[in-house]
Amino acid sequence: MGMTAYKTVKTARSSKRPTGLDYINQIFTDFFELHGDRRFADDGAVVGGVALLEGKPVTVIAIEKGHTTKEHMARAFGAPHPEGYRKALRLMKQAEKFHRPVVCFIDTSGAYCGIGAEERGQGQAIAENLMEMMTLRTPILSVLIGEGGSGGALALAVADRVWMLENAVYSVISPEGCASILWKDANQAEEAAKNLKLTAQDALTLSVIERMISEGNLGQPSFYAGLRKQLSQELGRLANNEQLLQQRYERFRRIGVPAQQKDSKA
Amino acid sequence: MSFLNFRYNPKNELEQGGRTAAPVHQDESEPERACPNCHKSIPVSRLWANQNTCPCGYHFRVNARQRIGLVTDRDSFREMDRELRSTDPLSFSGYSAKLETARISSNEPEAVVCGTASIKGQSCCFFVMEPAFMMGSMGTVVGEKITRLFEYALEHRLPVVGYTVSGGARMQEGLLSLMQMAKTSGAVKRHSDEGLFYLTVLTDPTTGGVTASFAMEGDVILAEPGATVGFAGARVIEQTTRKQLPKGFQKAEFLLEHGFVDAIVPRKAQRDTIGMLLKLHCGGNESWA
Repeated sequence: MGMTAYKTVKTARSSKRPTGLDYINQIFTDFFELHGDRRFADDGAVVGGVALLEGKPVTVIAIEKGHTTKEHMARAFGAPHPEGYRKALRLMKQAEKFHRPVVCFIDTSGAYCGIGAEERGQGQAIAENLMEMMTLRTPILSVLIGEGGSGGALALAVADRVWMLENAVYSVISPEGCASILWKDANQAEEAAKNLKLTAQDALTLSVIERMISEGNLGQPSFYAGLRKQLSQELGRLANNEQLLQQRYERFRRIGVPAQQKDSKA
Repeated sequence: MSFLNFRYNPKNELEQGGRTAAPVHQDESEPERACPNCHKSIPVSRLWANQNTCPCGYHFRVNARQRIGLVTDRDSFREMDRELRSTDPLSFSGYSAKLETARISSNEPEAVVCGTASIKGQSCCFFVMEPAFMMGSMGTVVGEKITRLFEYALEHRLPVVGYTVSGGARMQEGLLSLMQMAKTSGAVKRHSDEGLFYLTVLTDPTTGGVTASFAMEGDVILAEPGATVGFAGARVIEQTTRKQLPKGFQKAEFLLEHGFVDAIVPRKAQRDTIGMLLKLHCGGNESWA
C-alpha cells in the first residue's frame, strides 16, 4: 500500500476522473435518459434512464458531477437533492416492473447540504431508498467510481453487489468533517482519513464490498470493455438467483454483528 | 449546629395542613435549572412534576431510563440485549477511552435501550436512544440492537414504538456505522411488509444517519415540541450556503409544516397518544371483513 489514505481521497475527488455519464456512454448502448421525480423537480446531480448492456435492457442510474464549471453548477457538484433520490427510486421501481436489473454509478461528496434539501426531506428521501431497495425484486449492482460520501452514497448502494474502483473512497463522513468535529481542526484530515478506513482495500477487508476494480487503464476503451464484461457476467448470475432478496438482506445483516463477548451480564 | 438544619417533616396531610398557616418555607438550597426558552429559573422538583418540561412549554432532554418510566406501564419493561458492548473495530484513535467515559457518564452500556413493554395495556417492542451516550450516535451495537428488536417484533407479531435522539452515525466505527443505516432499514421493511405497526417519536436532536434511516420510517411519526430534526447540521448548512436560515429551521414545527411528521405531541400527552395509536392499529378492534 504505497498511497496514504488521504492521498487516495484526493485522487478520488480529482476532476480528471471519468464521471458517471462517461461510464454510461462508454459501457452501454441506446441510453435514453428519463427525467424527474414526478413530485417536485428534475435533479441534475442524478442521471438515469434505460439502456442496453451487451444487448440486454438495464436501468442505469449515475450521480454526475460534471466536467466543466457550468456543468458543476447545473449538477451541484454531484450532490443530490431529495428529488434526485426520489427520481432514482422511481426508475428502480420501473426496473422492477419491467424485469430489468439496476446498475448504479456512485460519485458524490454527500447528499446536498442546503435549506431546500432539508425542507423537502433529505433524510426521509434517503431512508425511503434504503427501505425500498432492500426488497426491490430485481438485481441491483452498484459501483463506487469516485467519492462515496455517507448516506448520500448509500442511498444508491443497498445492492446485491457493491464494487469499488481502486482509488474510490467510501466513508461515513468526510475526513475534513471528521477532523473538525473530533479534534476541532480540519487540518488533521490526513489523520482522520487514516482512522476512518475508507479506501477500497479497507472496504474489501471489512466485507462492505465484493470487488475492487483496477484503475491501471482508467478511462481507456479497454477499461470500459473490461467493466462491461464484468457487469454483464455478474448480472447474468444474479438474474437466476432464487434467493436474491434473502441474500441481499443477509449481506447487510451480518455487518457489525458483535462477536460473543465474555463479560456478558444480562 | 444541627438544630438549625432541622426541618419538620409532616407525617400526614393533617399535620401538613396545620403548618401551612405560616408562609411555606422555600428551601433555598433546592437546585434550579435555567430555561433556555423563557430564561426563568425553575426548581428541579417542579420541572419533574411536569415530566421535565418548563411551564413555558420548553422540553428539557430526558435520558432513556426516565423515558421508559414516563411512557411504559409500570414494571412492564423487559430489557433485551443489554450485554452487547461496542468494541473498537477500526482501532480508531481515542475511541476506546471515549466509550469508557460514555458508559460512566450515561450509566448505560450503549446508546440505545431496547426491550418489550406495554403502554396503556398494549404490548409492544420499545426502544429509546440515550443522549448521554455519545449523543445517541449509531455504531454497530446500536444498529444490531435495533435490528434484533425488529426481528423479534416480527417473530412475535408485535408493534414497535421507538424514541429517537441521535447525532447520527458514529464516526469512530466508520463504514460499519454507515452500513447500520441499511441494516436497520431492511429490518424495518421486513416488519412493515408483514403488516405490523411502527411508531417513532422524534426528540431533540434527531439528525444525520438516524434521520436518514429508522427515524423517518415509521408508519406514524410523532415529534416532541421544539425538537431539532434534520439530516445536515444547521451550522454546516449556514457555513456552506452562506445564507441565513429561516426562523425555526429544522424544528419539529417546521417538519410538520413541510409534511414530514404526523403530529407534534407534548411530552405529557405522549403516553395516552401512543396508547391510543397502538389500540387503533393493533388493539383487536372489530374487523371490516
